[in-house]
Amino acid sequence: MQKNLLEVRNISKSFPGVKALEDVCFSVKEGSVHVLCGENGAGKSTLMKIINGIYQPDGGETLIKGEKVEINSPIRAGELGISMIFQELNYTPEMTIEESLFVGRWPKKKFGQIDWKTIRQKTLQLLKQENLAYDPETKLKDLSISNLQMLEILKAISRDADIIIMDEPTSSITNKEIEVLFEKIADLRARGKGIVYISHKMDEIFRIADEISILRDGKVIETRPKDQFDIDSVIALMVGRALGQGYPKEEVPVGEVVLEVENFSGPTGFSNVSFNLRKGEILGFAGLVGAGRTEVMRALFGLDERFGGSVKVHGAPVRIRNVQDSIKNGVVMLSEDRRRYGIVPIRDVKENVTLASMDQFFQKGRLNAAKERSRVEEICKKINVKMASIDVQVSTLSGGNQQKVVLSKWMLQDPDILILDEPTRGIDVGAKFEIYRLMTNLVKEGKSIIMVSSELPELIGMCDRMYVMAEGGITGELERAEFSQEAIMRYAMNMTRKAV
Amino acid sequence: MNNLMTREKWQTIKSRYSIYLVLIAMIIVCNLLSPNFLSARNISNISVQISVTTILAFGETILIIGGLLDLSCGSVLALAGVFSVYVFKETGSLSLAFAVGLIVGLLCNFVNGILVRRFSIPAFIATLAMMTVARGIALLFTKGQNIYQIGDYVWFGQGSIGIIPIPVIFMVVIGVLTWYILGHTSFGRSLYAVGGNEEAARASGINIGRIKVGAYLINGIFVGLAGIILMARTNVGAPNSGQGYEFEALTAAIIGGTSFSGGLGTAGGTLAGAFIVGFLNNIMNLAGVDSYLQQVIKGAIIALAVGYDMWAKVNRTRKTLGAAKIPNERKEAKA
Ligand SMILES: Nc1ncnc2c1ncn2[C@@H]1O[C@H](COP(=O)(O)OP(=O)(O)OP(=O)(O)O)[C@@H](O)[C@H]1O
Ligand SMILES: [Mg+2]
Repeated sequence: MQKNLLEVRNISKSFPGVKALEDVCFSVKEGSVHVLCGENGAGKSTLMKIINGIYQPDGGETLIKGEKVEINSPIRAGELGISMIFQELNYTPEMTIEESLFVGRWPKKKFGQIDWKTIRQKTLQLLKQENLAYDPETKLKDLSISNLQMLEILKAISRDADIIIMDEPTSSITNKEIEVLFEKIADLRARGKGIVYISHKMDEIFRIADEISILRDGKVIETRPKDQFDIDSVIALMVGRALGQGYPKEEVPVGEVVLEVENFSGPTGFSNVSFNLRKGEILGFAGLVGAGRTEVMRALFGLDERFGGSVKVHGAPVRIRNVQDSIKNGVVMLSEDRRRYGIVPIRDVKENVTLASMDQFFQKGRLNAAKERSRVEEICKKINVKMASIDVQVSTLSGGNQQKVVLSKWMLQDPDILILDEPTRGIDVGAKFEIYRLMTNLVKEGKSIIMVSSELPELIGMCDRMYVMAEGGITGELERAEFSQEAIMRYAMNMTRKAV
Repeated sequence: MNNLMTREKWQTIKSRYSIYLVLIAMIIVCNLLSPNFLSARNISNISVQISVTTILAFGETILIIGGLLDLSCGSVLALAGVFSVYVFKETGSLSLAFAVGLIVGLLCNFVNGILVRRFSIPAFIATLAMMTVARGIALLFTKGQNIYQIGDYVWFGQGSIGIIPIPVIFMVVIGVLTWYILGHTSFGRSLYAVGGNEEAARASGINIGRIKVGAYLINGIFVGLAGIILMARTNVGAPNSGQGYEFEALTAAIIGGTSFSGGLGTAGGTLAGAFIVGFLNNIMNLAGVDSYLQQVIKGAIIALAVGYDMWAKVNRTRKTLGAAKIPNERKEAKA
C-alpha cells in the first residue's frame, strides 16, 4: 500500500457568484500520477491553487504525509515540498532564461551578490540534461510560447519537490517536447514523487495516469485507478452526457481562391512561403514547433514585420502594414498566446468580446449598451462560456473559458477569413466539439479558415487541405484524401526543402 | 446560501464604491469637527478651490488609464495661462484669449504624445522634460514678471452663472466630458484596453498610437483650461504658478481608484478623490493645523493611497494569476 503524500479533505471554495469547489476530497500517493479531469471551469485549477497556497479554502483541511498543515502562501507550499506548473504562463518579458530559471532562489556569493557564474553553469547543465538547445541569455519575450512552457516545466521539476502539480503542461508544446516531459514524469514517479496532472487530452491521460479523478461543477464525482476507466466513460462522466463520435466535418463546396500569399519572408525566420486559401475551405498548417507556422500567420495578420512577399485578398493585391489593415480586408487571427495577444485580463468579458468590433456598437463614437449586451450574451451562450455574468473580469475565468472569450471576440467581428492558431488550446472535449461544429458552420456560410494546430488528429479530422512546414518553409501540400500521420510527419521532418 | 449572496454583494459594493463611502464618512466626520463645514458657502469655496487641480486630475485619469502620465501639467498650465492673459491684454478679446490658452495646452501635449509614441520615450521622462521646457518658456516670455491688471479676464475665475461659480461649472463640464469619453465612446474603450494589455489591444486592431496621442490631446485641452481659470482666479498672469499641481492632480486620481498599472479608473472616482483631498485641506485649515504639518499629512496620504493600490494589485494578481507573477510586480513597483 502506497502512502499518501498529499491529501485534502472536504475542501470548499466560493468566488463572488460561483461555487468553485464543494466538499472536495483528493489525494496523491507517492510514486504515482493522479490525473484530474473536468470540463472548463470545473474547478481543477482552483483546487490546485489552494494546494499551492494561492487561494485559501473556505473550509476543509490539507494533510501532507499524514500531517495536518496550513498552506497560506506559495512560499509555504514550496517549503512543504510542493511545486506547480501554472496553466497560465506569466513571465517577465525582459528576463533572460537563466534569470527566470532561478528567480527567487538565486545562488549567492559571500557578500550577498548573485552568483551569476554558478547560475550560468547550472542553467547550461539543466538545458543539456533535457536536450534543449536554448541560449541562457535569450530574453523571455523572444521565446515562443512552447519554449516558455518548456522552461516553466524545467523550473518546477528542478526544484526537487515531492509533489509536483502540472496544470495543462502540454497545452502548448508539441510531440517531441511532450515525450521529454513524459520521460521526466516517469523518472519522478520512479523516484517516489507524487504528481498531479491536469489535461484535456485523453490519449495523454491514459498514457500516464495511475489514478483518475473527475471533477464536475466543483465536486469530485469519481476517483478510480486508471484501468477501471476507459476514454468514453471518462468523457461521459466529465460532461454528463454522451458525446458525438469523431469530428463534425461536412463536405462544403470549395469556391474560388480568396487569399493568396506569395514569397513571404520575414525576420522571424521563414522564407519564400507561398500558399492559397479557397472560399469555404478549412486549410490546415501542420509542422513541428519552430517550423514557422505561427510566424507566417503573425506577419500575414500584420502583427510582425516582414521582408517581402505579396498578399492578394479576393484577387486584389493588398498592403498589410498592421492589424487594422488586415481586419479591414476581412482577415483576422486568433493568437496562440492568449495571455499576451488575446485578453485584457483586468477588463470585463463584455469589453473583451467587443474589442475588435467596436464600430458595431458605437455609432458616431457613442455606445449602444443594450445592443452590446445582447450580442455578447448571445455569442457567449453559443460557445458556452462559463461565467457568472458578462460583467466579470476575464482574469477570473478559467483558462478554457478565457480561450472561448477570445474566440467570441473574433466570431463577433464576423470576418471572411479566420486564421485560428491553436483554437482548441486548453478547451475541454465537449467544448472542442462545439468549436469544430462552429468552424463547420462558418465555412458553410462561405467563410474560409486557416487552422494551425499541433494536434494532428484535429487537423486530419477537420481540414480539406493541408500544408506542412519545416524550418521556415513549406515542405508539402496534401489533399484530404492523402492525409495520414505518416505522410504529414514525413514532410514535417523534411531536412532538404522541396519546391512546392 | 442567502447569507452568502448578501455577503458577496456587500463585498462587490465595498470594492466598487469604497471611495464614495470614504467620502461620505469624511463629510460626517468633518461636519462633527466643524459646524461650519456643511454650509453652502464653505462647500462652494472648497469646490472653487479644488476646481483647477480637479480638472488636471481628470486629464491624469485619462492618461493613467491608458498607461501614460503627465508630469508637465503644472508648467504647461502656467505657460497656457500667461499666453492667454497676454493675448487678452493685447487684443481685449476674451474668446481669443480663451482659444489661445487651450491651443497652448494642446500643442504642448501634442509634443508629449509624439515623444511618447514616435520616439518611444517613457511618459515619465517625456513629460518631465516638457515640465522644465514649458516652465522655461513661460519665464522667458514674461521675463519672469507677473502680468497684472488683467481686467475682465477675471470672469473665468471669479464670475458666476446664477449662484454657481464659473470654475465649478468648468469642473463639472470637464468631469461629465471625462465620464462620457471613458464610458460611452470607442476611444474610451480602446484606452482601457491599451492600458490593460497593449499587445492584446494592438492584436485586436486598435491603433495604439492614435489612442495615446489622443489621450494627450484631451489632457492638453484640460490643462489649458485649468491655466485660464487659475490666472483669472488669482487675478494675475503668473509664470511661476501651478508648481506641484501635477502631484495634487495625481493624488486625486490615485485616491479615486485610478490604478497606476493602467486599465482601471473612473471620472466619478477621481472627482471623489479630489473632494477628499479638498475636504482634508479645508478641515486642516479650519482646525488650524500648521501648514508645514499639512504637507507631511498630505504626503503620508499619497503614500497610503498608492501603497494600498499596489498592495491590492499584488493581492489581486496573487489571487487570479498565480504566484509566478509576483516578482515581476515588485520589479515594476521599484522602477
Ligand atoms: N479569482 C477568481 N475570481 C472569481 N471566480 C474565479 C476565480 N478563479 C476561478 N474562478 C471561477 O471558478 C470556477 C473554476 O475555475 P477553474 O479555473 O478552477 O476551472 P478549471 O477546471 O481549471 O477550468 P479549465 O479547464 O478551463 O482550466 C470558474 O467558474 C471560474 O470562473
Ligand atoms: Mg484550469
